[in-house]
Amino acid sequence: MADAMELWISGHIAEQIRAHGAETYPHECCGALLGRDSTAVPEIHRGKGAVASAREILQLFPLVNRRDDSPRNRFSVTPQDVLEAEKAAREHGLEVVGWYHSHPDHPARPSEYDRDHAWPWYSYIIVSVQNGAPQDMTSWRLNDDRAEFSSEGIEIRHRAAV
Amino acid sequence: MIPSPLRPYAGKRDSAEFTARTVGEALGHLTTEFGELRKHLFTEDGKLRSFVNVYVNDEDIRYLAKENTPTKDGDTISIIPSIAGGIPSMVSAIPSIADAMRPKFRHSERSEESALGFVSDNGIGS
Repeated sequence: MADAMELWISGHIAEQIRAHGAETYPHECCGALLGRDSTAVPEIHRGKGAVASAREILQLFPLVNRRDDSPRNRFSVTPQDVLEAEKAAREHGLEVVGWYHSHPDHPARPSEYDRDHAWPWYSYIIVSVQNGAPQDMTSWRLNDDRAEFSSEGIEIRHRAAV
Repeated sequence: MIPSPLRPYAGKRDSAEFTARTVGEALGHLTTEFGELRKHLFTEDGKLRSFVNVYVNDEDIRYLAKENTPTKDGDTISIIPSIAGGIPSMVSAIPSIADAMRPKFRHSERSEESALGFVSDNGIGS
């Protein structure tokens, strides 16, 4: 059975991502996900034989989209932004475990461009923003062979997991 | 400094210390100690991958002497992943129900030049 992956996120942080997407519409928003991998097995996977892993997002590090030339359909951050995000994570005893961005007027599915620029291990949250209103939010991880993304379930939790 | 996506290939370490005269020498030591890192940092012909940024302290080695950039005691070399993405270049189709229910899928769009001006290659993990 394939590994099952799950992303734990508070309702507040999920709302922050949606709000960032609405704020920058029709441009893409972006930011870093600060958190840690949990050793706890997600409840829905217990006893089902799957090797399950959960990752919890505990803070956001919103960033400015540096793609001034085409911010409606692209995002990028600078290496300095990445270093700043890493520094912020370390200061809180966390790691940069992924990145989020919005897809203005497009579905919350990774594009070929997303895949070309993605790294394995990171979680990539995508929020669809339709006519300025945030809609679906999904999370993905690039497989080690880089051939495709695997969907990562998002569980909205009321409190941080241990 | 080793970025989080590469730590699984570096014994889960977030940093390592080496004595080296150049950045290239330090990266050589690193990939000798952690062999699995090599394919993620370098192409098959030994060039640093385009989606891998390397800084010495606060300077991008692309604007210095690249891998021949000299290092001295106390310098920090940071491996920094390029982060970028976005929606398809062309108007995308509305996803079908089958697409929506499919947990994994392949893409068929063409790649293009990266946001940071580096030409995309197969990247890491290939």
